Amino acid sequence: MLALDRVSKTYPNGVHALARFSAEIRQGEIVAIIGGSGCGKSTLLRAIAGLDRASSGTVTLDSEAIASPHAKIGIIFQEPRLLPWLSVADNIGFGLADLPATERREKVARALERVGLADKAQAWPRELSGGQAQRVAIARALVPQPEVLLLDEPFSALDAFTRRDLQDHLLDLWADTRPTLVLVTHDVDEAVVLADRVLVMRPRPGRLFDQIEINLGRPRDRNSPLFENFKRSVLTSLDRSLDRSVPDRDATQGPGQAMWW
Amino acid sequence: MISDAPVLQQSSEPAEAAAKPSRLSRYARPMLGILLPLILALGWELVVWSGWSNGRLVPPPSRVFATIAELARSGELLRHIAATLWRVGLGFAFGVVAGTLLGAISGYWSLARRLLDPTVQALRAIPSLAWVPLFILWLGIFETSKIALIAVGVFFPVYLGVMGAILSVDRKIVEVGRIFRLSGPAMIRRILLPAVLPAYVVSLRVGLGLGWMFVVAAELIGASEGLGYLLLDGQQLGKPAQILAAIVIFAILGKLTDWLIEVGSAPLLRWQDAFGRAKET
Ligand SMILES: Nc1ncnc2c1ncn2[C@@H]1O[C@H](COP(=O)(O)OP(=O)(O)OP(=O)(O)O)[C@@H](O)[C@H]1O
Ligand SMILES: [Mg+2]
Repeated sequence: MLALDRVSKTYPNGVHALARFSAEIRQGEIVAIIGGSGCGKSTLLRAIAGLDRASSGTVTLDSEAIASPHAKIGIIFQEPRLLPWLSVADNIGFGLADLPATERREKVARALERVGLADKAQAWPRELSGGQAQRVAIARALVPQPEVLLLDEPFSALDAFTRRDLQDHLLDLWADTRPTLVLVTHDVDEAVVLADRVLVMRPRPGRLFDQIEINLGRPRDRNSPLFENFKRSVLTSLDRSLDRSVPDRDATQGPGQAMWW
Repeated sequence: MISDAPVLQQSSEPAEAAAKPSRLSRYARPMLGILLPLILALGWELVVWSGWSNGRLVPPPSRVFATIAELARSGELLRHIAATLWRVGLGFAFGVVAGTLLGAISGYWSLARRLLDPTVQALRAIPSLAWVPLFILWLGIFETSKIALIAVGVFFPVYLGVMGAILSVDRKIVEVGRIFRLSGPAMIRRILLPAVLPAYVVSLRVGLGLGWMFVVAAELIGASEGLGYLLLDGQQLGKPAQILAAIVIFAILGKLTDWLIEVGSAPLLRWQDAFGRAKET
């Protein structure tokens, strides 16, 4: 289980980016974090990844405190961040340097196959389209089989069609080993199609406002009325999170309490 | 023979069609560059040959090449080239080692940068030739002072290039290294070095260019051998053909050594966006 306990972050310049954010995420759960711009979503994700330390509060994975990058936690950024001097295959194998070469090659080949880029193994990153590059980034993050995969707006730079394609693809890959996914997104559609639970954040300082369970089976039909219902409730919650006249509810009371519609 | 020629032709046609434009452009492009100097040289040769000018101050190409051939035959040329190459080589080596080390330290470690960089920048503001009298006093008029001068010329572009390259390494890519928990040395080897390499090669080429510039200065100041000495000797004895011969050889050696760096680094930089190459085609 991934546990966030009163995680707060104040940047050296005095910006209070995150205030006492608490949440518990089950192993294998898919959680989407949604909220207005600048409400601390990236800050939260970087704290979970161990890239930046929280000012106070703790992040624990199976009761192990996370203060620096951890082998069981992977992250995918908004940009693919491929290393331009490595071929696609070497990029995917980047995190497997400790494995013997043959085993590494096998895993990379399997991952390439899995993301449908087997024919691009020897290509340079600059020769890929945006969607292909992000696929490689996904493969690179998944190939060491992390228990937790963090995604910070991973598809926001892509066109709507490619985005849908990759959302479905991500679910497909997730089903292989069922890692915990924590996904930051601006896209309500994306949150509802992927997540078991949507956490809505509220800005200044960034804090948890609401959580919405998405009780929908998979695969999800983006056009079903039920899907539309969930989208509407997430949107309404988002609107309320930005409305200063709405008081904070105690989101730590858990889901159910928050289902006010 | 004639009967199976069409068959052969047919099979090789697509390949040839594809290869033709690239082969044409590969040879034609350098040719275009040579055209202008070639026309000028031939023109001047013609002017002197027809007697419109005696070519005493500006000797025609044939006389320059005759001088080169003459020097080569006597073994003089090789001696001068070897002396100059030796000086450039040593000075370049010292300059590159010092520039790389200090540049890397300043780039990697911000405390060192604050301590070191202002001094280096101040020294850089001094025209390097101003060091000559001091170097001669300190190191004598022989090889050491010359090599020191060349090394100084090479040092600054390499230092700046390395430091700047390290400072501008993309933080986002460094984060990828952190996520995969690279140790310090692994971070340097797997992230920093490859990221810095393109700028480093550029700084080496700039440094080498300055090395060639400074070897001329060093040899003009006082030398008994070397291409710079040939220049000076040609001036003092009124032999413009010898001066031009030395200049031509400088040009060839400069281009050649620069090309060596380019070719040597090319396999390591294949991944780069081929901006220059794309523009050429
Ligand atoms: N390195 C930093 N130094 C100082 N302040 C920062 C830094 N990074 C982020 N902030 C501030 O912290 C707040 C939260 O930023 P964060 O990037 O976490 O927001 P976000 O929710 O990811 O926004 P977006 O949706 O636009 O990506 C913002 O007010 C931002 O200005
Ligand atoms: Mg963000």
